[in-house]
Formats: sequence, C-alpha cells, structure tokens
Amino acid sequence: MITGVIFDIKRYTLHDGPGIRVSVHLKGCPLSCWWCHNPESQSFAPQLLFRPERCIRCGYCVPVCPARAISEKIETDELLCCISGECADVCPAGAREICGRHVTVSRVMDILLKERIFFDQSGGGVTLSGGEPLCQAGFVLPLLEECKKNDMPTAVDTSGFAGWDVIEATLPLTDLYLYDIKHMDPELHRKYTGADNGMILANLARLGEAGARINVRIPFVPGVNTDERNLRNTGEFVSRLKGVETVSLLPYHTAAEGKHRRWEMEFKLRGVYPPTSHSLAAAAGVIEKYGVKTVIGG
Amino acid sequence: MNERVERLRRESFETAPSFSAERALIETEFYKENDGKYSIPVMRGLSFKNICEKKTIYIGPDELIVGERGPRPKAVSSFPELTCHSVRDLEILNSRQMQSYAVDPKDIEIYREVVIPYWRGRSMRDKAFARMPRKWLDLYQAGLFTEFGEQRALGHTALDGLIYEKGMYDLKRDIARARERLNFLSDPDAAAKDDELQGMDHSCDAVIIFAERHAELAGQMALETPDLKRRQELLKTADVCRRVPAYAPRDFWEAIQMYWFVHLGTITELNGWDAMSPGHLDQHLEPFYRKGLADGTLTRDSAKELLSCFWIKVNNTPAPPKVGVTAAESGTYNDFTNINLAGLRRDGTDGSCEVTYIALETADELRLLQPQCNIQVSARTPEKVLKAAAEVIRHGMGYPSVFNADMVIQEQMRTGKTLEDARQGGTSGCIETGCAGKEAYLLHGYLNTPKVLELALNDGTDLMTGKSIGLRTGAPADFKSYGELYGAFERQLEYVVDTKIEADNYLRARYAELFPATFLSVLISDCVEKGRDYYAGGPRYNTDYIQCTGIGTITDSLSAIKKHVFEEKRVSLDRLVRACGVNWEKEEALRLTVWNKTPFYGNDDDRADDIMRAVYASLFAAIDGKPSILGPTYHLNMLSTTCHNYFGKMTAATPNGRFRGTPISDGTSPSHGADRNGPTAVVKSLGKMDQVKSGGTLLNQRFLPSVLEGEKGVEGLVSLIRTYFRLGGHHIQFNVVDEATLREAQKNPQEHRGLLVRVAGYSDYFVDLDDYHQEEIISRTAQQTV
Repeated sequence: MITGVIFDIKRYTLHDGPGIRVSVHLKGCPLSCWWCHNPESQSFAPQLLFRPERCIRCGYCVPVCPARAISEKIETDELLCCISGECADVCPAGAREICGRHVTVSRVMDILLKERIFFDQSGGGVTLSGGEPLCQAGFVLPLLEECKKNDMPTAVDTSGFAGWDVIEATLPLTDLYLYDIKHMDPELHRKYTGADNGMILANLARLGEAGARINVRIPFVPGVNTDERNLRNTGEFVSRLKGVETVSLLPYHTAAEGKHRRWEMEFKLRGVYPPTSHSLAAAAGVIEKYGVKTVIGG
Repeated sequence: MNERVERLRRESFETAPSFSAERALIETEFYKENDGKYSIPVMRGLSFKNICEKKTIYIGPDELIVGERGPRPKAVSSFPELTCHSVRDLEILNSRQMQSYAVDPKDIEIYREVVIPYWRGRSMRDKAFARMPRKWLDLYQAGLFTEFGEQRALGHTALDGLIYEKGMYDLKRDIARARERLNFLSDPDAAAKDDELQGMDHSCDAVIIFAERHAELAGQMALETPDLKRRQELLKTADVCRRVPAYAPRDFWEAIQMYWFVHLGTITELNGWDAMSPGHLDQHLEPFYRKGLADGTLTRDSAKELLSCFWIKVNNTPAPPKVGVTAAESGTYNDFTNINLAGLRRDGTDGSCEVTYIALETADELRLLQPQCNIQVSARTPEKVLKAAAEVIRHGMGYPSVFNADMVIQEQMRTGKTLEDARQGGTSGCIETGCAGKEAYLLHGYLNTPKVLELALNDGTDLMTGKSIGLRTGAPADFKSYGELYGAFERQLEYVVDTKIEADNYLRARYAELFPATFLSVLISDCVEKGRDYYAGGPRYNTDYIQCTGIGTITDSLSAIKKHVFEEKRVSLDRLVRACGVNWEKEEALRLTVWNKTPFYGNDDDRADDIMRAVYASLFAAIDGKPSILGPTYHLNMLSTTCHNYFGKMTAATPNGRFRGTPISDGTSPSHGADRNGPTAVVKSLGKMDQVKSGGTLLNQRFLPSVLEGEKGVEGLVSLIRTYFRLGGHHIQFNVVDEATLREAQKNPQEHRGLLVRVAGYSDYFVDLDDYHQEEIISRTAQQTV
C-alpha cells in the first residue's frame, strides 16, 4: 500500500490557484527557508507536538503509550517516543498532536471527492503543497493520477528542488505549477534556504519549454530578496521563460516566528517586518518592466 | 448619502426608543363607550378608524416620506387589548439597562387610571393564561417552547403588488361587491361575512383618513415655512398624501408613500408578530422608476433619496415592548422588515432590475438596524447581482442575507401554492417562506429540541428544576441500545409538540374570533372575496409554523451518545447523563473527550449528518400536517432568531460537551466550534437536510473581513453560495466577525475552533495562531470594521 506523510489538508483555500481549492500539505522539505510559514513541514518524519497549556493532566496518555515514554508526571521522554500517535488519539484536550500521518491515496481521495462540487462550481481544484510535495513522488504521482481520473483540476506548489525526471512525470497530471523563486543569487539562496538555486532555475526553464502553465511566486522578504538588483534579475530571468502566466509577490508575514517558537526551532529572521504596500507596489513595477504580469498576493 | 438623508439618518440613529400610551388611551376610551354595540369585526374596524382620526400626526423637518406609528419617531404604541402592561412593567422598561424604553410618568398615570382598570382580565394575554392547561404551563415554563400568540397577534406578512395597482377606494368597491354577492338564503355564514366585510371597509376608511390628516398638516406647515424649497416639498407631500393610499400610486414617490401608509396601518390595527415586509420591493417599484426616468420627474439620485427616506422610516419603528418569556427570548428592539430583492417574476423571468442595485446601495450606505434586505438568488439570477450583494456582505453588517429563490418556490409548491404565486412569494422576518400577499403564515413559537432530549435522558424530568414534566420514558440504565433511547426521544417529542399545538389551536381560534385583522385582510388575497378574516381562513393559503431550534446541539449530543456509550462503550449512559446533571463537574476529561472525539454536524461527516437527518425526519413527522382549525396546516420551520440564547439558559449541560446555560446551536447552523473543516464542509452537511420540506432553514457563517478581501474573496463567497444552493440550501448569511468575537475566541478557543482567519497569503484557524498574531489580526480587523 502506497502511503505519503501529510500534515494538513485545508478546505476552502482561495489563494493557491483558481477557484475554491483544497490544499494537501505533504511533510518534508529539502529547503529550510528562514521565513518558512510551516516549519513543522520541514522534517520528513512525523512529529509529536505537545501543548502544555491545553493539558488537563487527566493521565489518559500514560498507559496507552506502547513505548512507555510518558511518565506519571506527564513528561515525554523524547528518546523513547516512537511517534505511535496513540497518546494523541486518546488525549481529550488536544494537548497532544501528531504532525504528519501516513495516509493512503484512497484516504486522501475520500476527502478531495467531498469537495468536487465546489471545484465544478468555482473552477477550483486540488493543490499539492508542502513541505515539498515532489519529495514524495511515489505518493504524489498516484494521487495526481487519481485526481485526473476524477476530472479534478490539479496544481503543484513546489520549490522546484527536485530531479527533472520527477517533475517531468508530473507534467501530464498537473494543470498549474505554483513555482517559487526565492533568490536569483546562488550564494544568498544557499544562505537563506540551505540549498543551491541552480537546479531550481534550470527546472523552471525546462518546465516552461515542456508546455506547463506556471505561476511564479516570490516570497517577498524585506532585506532578503527585495533589493532592486535581485528584482531586476528575477524579472529578466522570468521574461525569458515560456509558460509563465503571472508572477505573484507573497508578502512576508511574521506569523512564521510564533510557529518556529512552538516547534522549538531557531528563528533567524527576528526583527524583520512585513513589507509596506508601497514597497510591494514598487517591486511589482520593477518586474513588470520586463513585460511580466505581476500581482501582489496569491 | 446626501445632506437630508444624513440628517434624517442621524436623528433616527440617535433618538432613543420611547413608550407612548396614546394609542392605548384612545382605544380604551373607544371600547368603554362602544363595546357591545357592534359585532367584533365592525368594532375592530371602527376602533382602528378612531385611532387614525385621533392619533398625533408627525411630519419632521426634511422628511419626504411621512408617517409614524407613534406620536414621534421611535415612540412605540402599546396594544392593551392583547397585552396590558402593568405599572411595574412600565417602570422596568424605563429603568432597565438593555432595550430600555423611556416612559413618561404621565403615561404611567394613564395606564394606572384608565388602561389597566379596563383591560386587566380582558386582554388576550390574561385570557390565554387563565385557560392554559397545567401540562402546557409546565413545559412552557421549563423552556421547551415559546408561544407567539400569548402577547402579540399571530402572523407574519409580506405583501404582493396589489397596493401599487389598487387604492383604498378600489378595494372598498371590491368589498361592496363581495357584500352584494352574499346569499343570506343559502349561506349560514353570510351574516358573519357581512360583519367582516364591514370591518374591512371601515379599515380602508381609517388609512385614508390617516393620510388625509398628513396632507392637512403638510399643507399647513407649507404655509408657515419661510423656506421656499421646503414649502414646495411640503406641498408635494400634501399632494402625495391626498393621492395615496386612497388611490393607486402614479409615481415612485407615491408608490413608496403608499407602501409606508399601508405598513403603518397593519402595525397600528394590531401588534402583529413581528414582521411586516413589502415583499419584492424592487420589482414593485421598478415600473414607477422607469416611468419617472422616462418622463423626467425622477433621477437615479432622487429615487435613492426617496428610498433612503423610507429606509429611515422603518428604522424609526422599534417593536412594542415585550414582557415575560417573550422578552427573555427576544431581547431586541427589532421588528423585522426584510425586503426581498432580485428573485424571479411571476412569469419566471429574472426579477433583478436597477432598483435592486439602488436598494443594495441604500442598505450599504445607511447601515441601519432595520429594514434588512435579502437577495433572492435563482439559477437565473445574473452573477452581477450576486457580486453586488457580496460587496455589501463583506462590509460586515450581516446583510443582505442570501436566499435560494428556486428552493423557496419549491417549498411553497410542496405546500400547495401555484407556480406563479410561489414565484411572487419569498421570505420575510428572518428566513420564513411565505406567499407574499396571499398567505397567512402564522408562527407559533420555537421548540427547544435539545431540551426534549434532556427529558428523554431523564425519564421526563427537567434537570434545571427537578420537576417531572414530560412522559415517563425510562431511566438511562434502561436503554439497551441507541435505538431504544431514540425511541424515547421521539415519544417525548410527540408529547411536547402535541401539547404545544393544542394551545396554538386554542389561541388561533381566539384571534379569529376576538381580534380579526380587518385591515390586513383587505391586503391579503382572497379574504375580501371569501368574506373571511386573515385569521379565519380568508387568505388563499394558510400555514402554521413551529420553529425548531438546536439541531446542531441535539445531533452532536446523540452522536456522542451513539459513539461513546453504545459503540465504543467508553462510558455508561448513566454516567454521561449524571455528568450533564452536575454540569461536568469533576468530569472535564469526559467532557473534552466528547467535545473533541465525536463526529459532529457541520463537518461533512455522514456519521453525524445521518443523525441530523433522522432528527429532522422526526421533527417533520411530529409537526408536518398536524391539524389546525383550518385543516392540516402545520409545517416545520428551522430558525431560532435569538431564542437559542434563551433556550440555552433553560437547558442543562448536554452530552456534546456543552455547559449548562450556554446557548444551544442557532438556526440550522452547526454548534459553535463544532465545525472544524471550514465553510465548504458546513454547507455540505447542511445540504444533506431535505430542506424543501421546511418553511425555511438558517445558516450563519462566520468570516473575518480578511477572508473576503479582494476579487478572490468575493468570487469565493459567490461560489460558496451558488454551491450551497445547488446542494438544496435555503438560506445563508455571513457574519464578518468583529473584534469582540475574536476576544471571545481568545478566552474560549475550544468554542471557536472553526473560526477561519486570513493571515497573509493564506488562511488559518484563529485559535491555532499564537498570541502575538491573534493580537495582530485583531488590530487589523478593528481597522477594517471602522
């Protein structure tokens, strides 16, 4: 049975492609962007999240743990914890949550099919997002195939950091790519995302050549990728591509900071504020000069 | 909004509601002198005429549309023949914090000296309570149901296009013809019909006199005003008031004034419950609008100004003060004038027109409590209309509400209306389906379905008082299966509903006999032709509604019992019921388990939604087709207005994890916080209810303004509405939530898990955000709702 690791399925999303959509968030990402809005999506493995403020100390979790990792004082020994999820299943208060569950294609389809009438009405569909969905190609490809069998429009929201063979395999199954360009400078890209941008940009160009419909998305993070030089380089690069319908500037939002804190992850962007609407408009103007339709927001 | 409208709006907004004993005094003196001289319908007609001859006439500065129910704006009349307020009632009205009415000490004296001595023991309310059986009183006082007929006249009314085609003189001619046709040789009811028709005739005279007195005052004021422009306006006002309602209106101004005089007439003759609406106002006004533009007497702006003046008039008319349970369950100044926009015409074509847009703009600019408007959306309704409505919706006033015109038509046809009549029908009040101008659809009160389950779980005992008030259907330990428990619920339901209907039928018969609505009967087809009153089967269609509340709470409660007691055997029914009895004290883990680990209604989960369907079917079986004095006219309706708060106070903790005294679920919405998969899952769940068998359902959806931002926000909203209607939904309205709600969500995150907020390029659940971002969103929302 093919399974994938998913940490969220969101219904009624409006900004990840046209119409009313469902976004399926796959866990695990080869990048670790400083501004990541879903830091819990970076690790490929399921994780246990404990919210002490919700715990009512009922002790239901203690006896059910197969690894006996939870003490009478309701403290979890992380070395023993095997992420079985049984504690979360019985926790009445929702203090214990498992982030990332193994699910089958048919389980995901059960949920997606419920939303089909909204896709019909609004021109929406399914968006596979992450993490990086293409890292779970063995699951994503059969999922996309099932969507297509059921006439559901599909979108893949990707960093592009994947082997070309994987991307190529998604081509006949994907109606729209939401494709991130985080930085044009290889050095700075490595600094802020932990990965090189060479493969990302090359894949994007190939994707266009192959006839894909693409919406390029730029997480607009002040002080990181908002300087005019980078914007001009981006505009210039995109203008040479095929298949790009729009460039979207996604304004950085500080929601990321709280999420990093909750997951006890280091947050390196402290002190950075969201961009002003003026700076967004100016940036859009710079890119538009290259003849590329640019919008603010998803 | 121009300066005039701005001033009138401010005045309406800032004037505090006050109480006026004027109508009560005029009526009491008339009854003292005349009671017993005439038949009851004639007496009612003459009394109404006498009020119209004597009441204070008010025309305010700047007004173009004139007429008030009381002697001044926001002064409410009282109706001692229905409910005679005590001196203590009036003192409380004057001093209470919420929904207070200023009461002049002189008015209290009038009540003490004149009104109370005459009406005490004679009023409808006094008579009703003296007659009600013990079992009814037990259930009523325990909060199993409310009773609309106990203090206000039954009814719920919207008009059709009649008054734009016929004036009162035309209608008097129709009445005269009906009297000529009476056959005293073969019809044993001929005398009663003759009395009723005479009463109607006097009622027509009453509103003609009412309007003429406005014409006189306007003429007099014109002579006295030095301002030439205002003098012209007053002279025009005098002309209009001489024309309507005596004759059919000829232009836009007269048409609006016609409706307003007629509206005032219906709410002056009786204190009807609690919705008088113009029906499809845009369609009614459209011919006058086009004619005015064509002959140069009207512009779009002047039409909007007149419509705005009318809007403000409606806002000047708060509800007469309520007492007792009714005051507790409906703590609001509102009477509900809900204007239908768009929809279909009688011939089935799209009913939207330019006046639709003007009305939406008017509602958007004025932002008044009343009137409210709704948009009737058919498959034929253009996207442009729905988008214009969505624009207003996202400004966060909660209106226009949105109805599925095609369903509203089907609902009416299921209960016997012709296709054409059904198309002219619509919704009034909150969501109640009715055939405008042709139907008496009497609402009889709300039914507390979670409380019925409380009886079934406690062998007929009210957990709030310990009194045995229901049937003895067995203790929790007796139920060997879910099916047995459900059977007990159905038996309690039948008992409660039948007890209510017995009382409703008594009250309906008394209204027909003692308080015929002789003016309203002129306006509703076919009362004149039949010579029968609105309450006595005169209308072409007659319906009695019982409004069922709390389907979310009861579904979730049954789902919790089914899963945790009978399927997983995690807890005994006995323990769960005892936990409810002690309001979950020392049972927080059990409470959170049922609250967080039960399939709940509103999540597109068949395990819960199948239970909802079963409960709905039981309600339908208990109510639909039950007999009134006119035959099998009972139908169910699925709304709660504000009654879910009152019922919540009267209901012990429920097995879904709800605490004692907190609100039960509203309308047909999911329980607060139980819908955890977003709005699409909610409408899917609602779509599984066979709504066409009801007289209306109500779905409240909460959104933050940010979710509706931009073109995508509007398109998402429109698609959500269209999809819900494809699924057979009747109504949806949107609460674009404000800061107060968000603060509440911070305090009680468990109750607000489904609150979707737009964070940045994406939406998230508010309670899942950390404190800092919750604060950030609150500050952003506050800015957006200024």
